Amino acid sequence: MPFTDQSHHETRFTKEHEWVRMEGDIATIGITEHAQEALGDIVFIELPEVGRVLERDEACAVVESVKAASDVYAPLAGTVVEINEPVVEDPVMVSKDAEGTAWFFKLRLADRASFASLMDEAAYKAFVESL
Amino acid sequence: MSRGPPLVENSLPDDPTPPPLRTVPLDAWHRALGGRMVVFAGYSLPVQYDFTGNLAARCRGGVMAEHLHCRAKAALFDVSHMGQAWLTGPAAAAALEALVPGDIIGLRPGRQRYTLLTNEAGGILDDLMVSRIAPDRLFLVVNASRKEADLAHIEAALPDGVNLAPIEDRALLALQGPLAAAIMTRLAPAATSLPFMGSAALDLAGIPCLVSRSGYTGEDGFEISVPADRAEALAGALLAEDEVVPAGLGARDSLRLEAGLCLYGNDIDELTSPIEAGLGWAIGKRRRETWDFPGGEPIADQVRNAPSRLRVGLRPDGRAPARAGTMIVADDGTEAGFVTSGGFSPTLNAPIAMGYARRDLAAPGTSLNLMVRGKPLSAQIVPMPFVPHRYIR
Repeated sequence: MPFTDQSHHETRFTKEHEWVRMEGDIATIGITEHAQEALGDIVFIELPEVGRVLERDEACAVVESVKAASDVYAPLAGTVVEINEPVVEDPVMVSKDAEGTAWFFKLRLADRASFASLMDEAAYKAFVESL
Repeated sequence: MSRGPPLVENSLPDDPTPPPLRTVPLDAWHRALGGRMVVFAGYSLPVQYDFTGNLAARCRGGVMAEHLHCRAKAALFDVSHMGQAWLTGPAAAAALEALVPGDIIGLRPGRQRYTLLTNEAGGILDDLMVSRIAPDRLFLVVNASRKEADLAHIEAALPDGVNLAPIEDRALLALQGPLAAAIMTRLAPAATSLPFMGSAALDLAGIPCLVSRSGYTGEDGFEISVPADRAEALAGALLAEDEVVPAGLGARDSLRLEAGLCLYGNDIDELTSPIEAGLGWAIGKRRRETWDFPGGEPIADQVRNAPSRLRVGLRPDGRAPARAGTMIVADDGTEAGFVTSGGFSPTLNAPIAMGYARRDLAAPGTSLNLMVRGKPLSAQIVPMPFVPHRYIR
């Protein structure tokens, strides 16, 4: 899907199947459509507390499907500034709009430039197809 | 369509090559229906389905939807990975009875019984279903993960004149749910005259089958042993009925957990006794007078003195599931046990678990803590099943 304003709302991806969307200094993070599809029915989500300082690749959230528990990792280092409470209340949201309204948390990045180290959409697509 | 990896001979004793993946007779059928294949007990089997076409109109697919479809209507499970075997001979029942606490000699032809293979310490080697097809002919169904060990164990104990024959050329299907009987009537009217835990040789859609009225979901239902080369025809005939969808291993596990039924390797194993596991009902009345089965003495002692721990049901507060291996801690901080199966109940829309708890903490209503990701999660001991059984009686 093309982005109308790439400089402000570019989305990048991790091999752990998280997406990261930049708006100014703030990165919004969620799990990809591929991830939710693979997990199946999601029944429980635990998100980090606001204010928590995360290292890159630190386990910081949990997604439980009927089948199993999966960790969500901080894609980049930063401080949690907001979490999506509605998705905790209603995890089914993730199956409907994983890469939109069912975002997980927002990070103020420790290093804005680190965003460029993540995969762009084409690279992530190729990665998923290689699995 | 992909058919799984090629088979590799594992010829050297120290060859690191994993054993070849085994497939069930309905392998291609599952893949064509959108089965997400996983490895379970060395077999490639569907954990859930992504339905298309008219199946998608019946059921969304996925563990939760397949589970709820089974509770509401009927679901078809492929359990062909399980071990099937004949035990034959005039003394077949007596020979098996020497290895299990169940009353097998007293099992009437046409009836099925749940029983246990026990070891000398009173631990459980496997749980199995035994059907008496004829006075001198028993049909056994054992767990996939235990089949080689079970068959060797039984074979080693057989007297002359009793023969154990593994069945490699039959699939095993389970049709489960409140509409299972109505569906079976259309294929074989005689099937619905089977009582709960009854078994019979019946033709279904013209295919000679062995049918029992039992299952692993807590619902009314049937397990059907069918020649492998007719399995696809039978599965197709069952799916031709509007109420039926196939269901994978995911739903099978969540259904049996709701029904409070044990999974061998999780909830029972060689280190758990039938008494701790709450399976004392599987010890036959006559066997309780003599305790003449492997582990009879230690098991009798547990009956007299009560075991130190018991299998219990657990309802965690909130929505976070507590998975197998979760430690249970008492309110005073002392160790209380561990979870052996845990997940999310689609029927209750809440997490459920079973595990072993210290006897003094095993009464329904007791509050305990489950250590989930390092944090205590409050939970209550509850009676099982979590969802009432609806067997035909």
